[in-house]
Amino acid sequence: MSTSTFPTALPKPQPGTPRPYKFPAFTQHTLPNGLRVTVAPVRSLPVVSTLAVVDAGATRDAEGFEGLSRLVTRALDEGTATMDAMQLAERLELLGTTLDTGADWDSTIVQLTSLSSRVDDAFAVLSEVLRTPSFPAAELDRLREERLADLAQLRAEPRGLADVYFSRLLYDGTSRFSRLAGGDEQSIQRATRDEVVRFHETYFRPTTTALMIVGDISVTDGIALAERHFGDWRGAAPALAEPVDRQRYSDTRVHVIAKADAPQSELRVGHVAVPRLHDDYFPLVVMNAILGGLFSSRLNLNLREAHAYTYGAHSAFDWRRAASPFEASTAVETGVTAAAVREIISEITRIRESEVSEAELSLAVSYLDGVFPIRFETTAAVAGGLANLEIFRLPPDYFDSYRARVRAVSAADVLRVARTHLDPARLQIVVVGDANAIAEPLAAIGAGPLTVYDPATDADRP
Amino acid sequence: MQIPVSTHRLPNGLVVVLSEDHTAPIVAVNLWYHVGSANERLDRTGFAHLFEHMLFQGSQNVEANEHFELVQRAGGTLNGSTWLDRTNYYETVPSNQLALALWLEADRMGRLIPGMTQAKLDTQRDVVKNERRWTVDNQPYGSWWEKLPALCFPDTHPFHHSLIGSMEHLSDATLEDVADFFRTYYTPDNAVLTIAGDFDPADAMALVEAHFGPIPRGAGRPPLAPMDLPPTFGATLRETVEDDVALPRLFVASRSPVFGSDGYYAASIAAAILGLRTGSRLERSLVREQRIASQASAFTYDLAKGSDLFVVDVTAMPGITAEQLTEATLRELDRMQQEGVTDREVARAVALVETAFVVGLQSVAERADQLSRFATYFGDATIANTQVDRYRAISAADVTRFARERLGADNRALLLYVPAERTDDASNSEMLVEAGA
Repeated sequence: MSTSTFPTALPKPQPGTPRPYKFPAFTQHTLPNGLRVTVAPVRSLPVVSTLAVVDAGATRDAEGFEGLSRLVTRALDEGTATMDAMQLAERLELLGTTLDTGADWDSTIVQLTSLSSRVDDAFAVLSEVLRTPSFPAAELDRLREERLADLAQLRAEPRGLADVYFSRLLYDGTSRFSRLAGGDEQSIQRATRDEVVRFHETYFRPTTTALMIVGDISVTDGIALAERHFGDWRGAAPALAEPVDRQRYSDTRVHVIAKADAPQSELRVGHVAVPRLHDDYFPLVVMNAILGGLFSSRLNLNLREAHAYTYGAHSAFDWRRAASPFEASTAVETGVTAAAVREIISEITRIRESEVSEAELSLAVSYLDGVFPIRFETTAAVAGGLANLEIFRLPPDYFDSYRARVRAVSAADVLRVARTHLDPARLQIVVVGDANAIAEPLAAIGAGPLTVYDPATDADRP
Repeated sequence: MQIPVSTHRLPNGLVVVLSEDHTAPIVAVNLWYHVGSANERLDRTGFAHLFEHMLFQGSQNVEANEHFELVQRAGGTLNGSTWLDRTNYYETVPSNQLALALWLEADRMGRLIPGMTQAKLDTQRDVVKNERRWTVDNQPYGSWWEKLPALCFPDTHPFHHSLIGSMEHLSDATLEDVADFFRTYYTPDNAVLTIAGDFDPADAMALVEAHFGPIPRGAGRPPLAPMDLPPTFGATLRETVEDDVALPRLFVASRSPVFGSDGYYAASIAAAILGLRTGSRLERSLVREQRIASQASAFTYDLAKGSDLFVVDVTAMPGITAEQLTEATLRELDRMQQEGVTDREVARAVALVETAFVVGLQSVAERADQLSRFATYFGDATIANTQVDRYRAISAADVTRFARERLGADNRALLLYVPAERTDDASNSEMLVEAGA
């Protein structure tokens, strides 16, 4: 087909002068009772996001009580001293306000989004939910049953199985991280109402709580709201013990989780790496973008575009305060499972062998630099960013210095952190798939000892 | 809340919608092509979606994989999606990169074919097959995406067949099919281009004219097969699927008024009353009071042609049978159909919709997509600004009428997933029931 049948193109344009962007200005204030309040006025729309982050995450679960933090968090809006669950829902929803809760390893979060005209009432509800939840026994019962439903679903889903087995086999058996964040069938039964009440009393205190208020509100009004609804709250929580975060196996191992007749294998390949608060964080972010964070990353171009093994492949550090997993993840057609694993290992190895190219480095750096304002378009995203300052104890100028720190990363830095923090000698390779089809080819790669697990009968299953 | 909107039309038929907002130095570029799976040949199911993949493989002046790289290098995010009756492509970039985004979209609108090779088609075919495996074949309940439309639309109806397509049809797709499809549907007169965010309107229009102006209009797209349908199925349709799933899950679909029609807003409110968030009827009754469902929601597909679908989606609690789940769900539909809804329920639903609308406006990409949507379906992007008012105008009587006319047993399609019989599953579910007792 001759090109003359197509309209002539203009030359590829050059960018104009970038307009400046700054992360929204915010004011941090601590109440006399220790509660931290951060207010970021953002006046573009009449919306306010209020986010409470509490240092009561899953790492606070005692051994045998895994899932307690998450159960407590889910139960916060199931009733308070003055309202039952439906009254609470009605009060919020009649005003169009949404309340969502979530619990992760290092924190629990309660987030409300409301029109700015309704923020007073949103705060009143937030205060009740955090300070005086009633934890009705019947609702706790239902939430435990819902957890059982979640577990049943998780075990029937190859993606879910891959994730839970990866955590299980990655971390030492004594580590909280080797168990499910939401607990399993046994641990959730131990989460009695007494335990729930005790957990809340112990860990939901002003000293462990920070409020992020972002949107159409002034600093003065935001702080005043916090003082009005939380000022007379008292109490401190015990210090958090450092969680066990060492890796289970010190050598590379292959773990096949049997799923009969699976048309695809779900792969998770990685190891325990460094904590979030590490001097090498920025070079690691850039390194990961090149290895598996961008569409044009080495892993994705290799597995998807060059070999067509998969719809997508990526890698990530699953950051937490403790030593965090590095994980490469993809789903590939059953027949190419072993080949795909070989490619993943080779990419993890290759990025440690020599410096990444100028093109790769500039792609990663200019992406991370340029995309920054797009990450924070909404009040909820800004609130989430501010919550990370709290959770990971980052300095207040973190966002203002972010882009410069990304731009400062060199190819030598990338090589150094790849050599220091990526370790092909202790990869845990988890594969959920048709064991009959994949076990032999996987063993033939020779990456390490191979074990097959049957999730239906595995007594040690996550 | 009003989004600023101005609309222009190039001589070649391209509709251009502009919406300025200088809050952040970013700009969203969004392109809707008025083509989707509904336009596919029936022996080429999944082709519109496969074609969408090809759009990212380069064009005359863009190398293989360069499209993604150029946008990400510019600090932008991007993607595309295929739906039953439209395909969209979108990127959000720093505002000083607007020209690049427009240049890329124009190159693939005007000069895609020189970039198309057999090797690229073969690769994307395999990528899409893997996408199918990942979202449908290897995912519990994954097939509902194709089974529900197949149940709800007659065989010959353009919405009947699978959006992601069958493996066989994907294998049959040829490079000639790609060229045909491109010439027929990827023309400026079949597209809406929206730009939302930080830009100067005069500069932006000059860029649009320079990059898109020379692209000739198409020969006109062939009409779709007749889309009109009776307002009800005329019966209760049923399909039961035994699948590798842990818990029974039921979808109940009803024919409902098309997106944008008066009846649509009543249907949308009904879905919110029935199944949006904690205060909804399904959550209250099925999840909390009866503890029959572990998850329950209701929503509309938002189809703008032929018929929309009003869908209830419920998953059983462990130990609850498919029959119990079905009976309880249908009872809720019966109740709404017979008794209607209250003012208070409508007020709640409208409040939630209103807040969601305002919150959604924060994203320039979301804004741009809404504007493209209304421009494509109704020829008028400003309709986006009337949505909240249309919801506010809905009364309990409107919703009650919708429920009476559409939520009865003469207008239900039940798609039920049940765990396949397996000894493994039996021992698992026993253990789970014991633990929960």
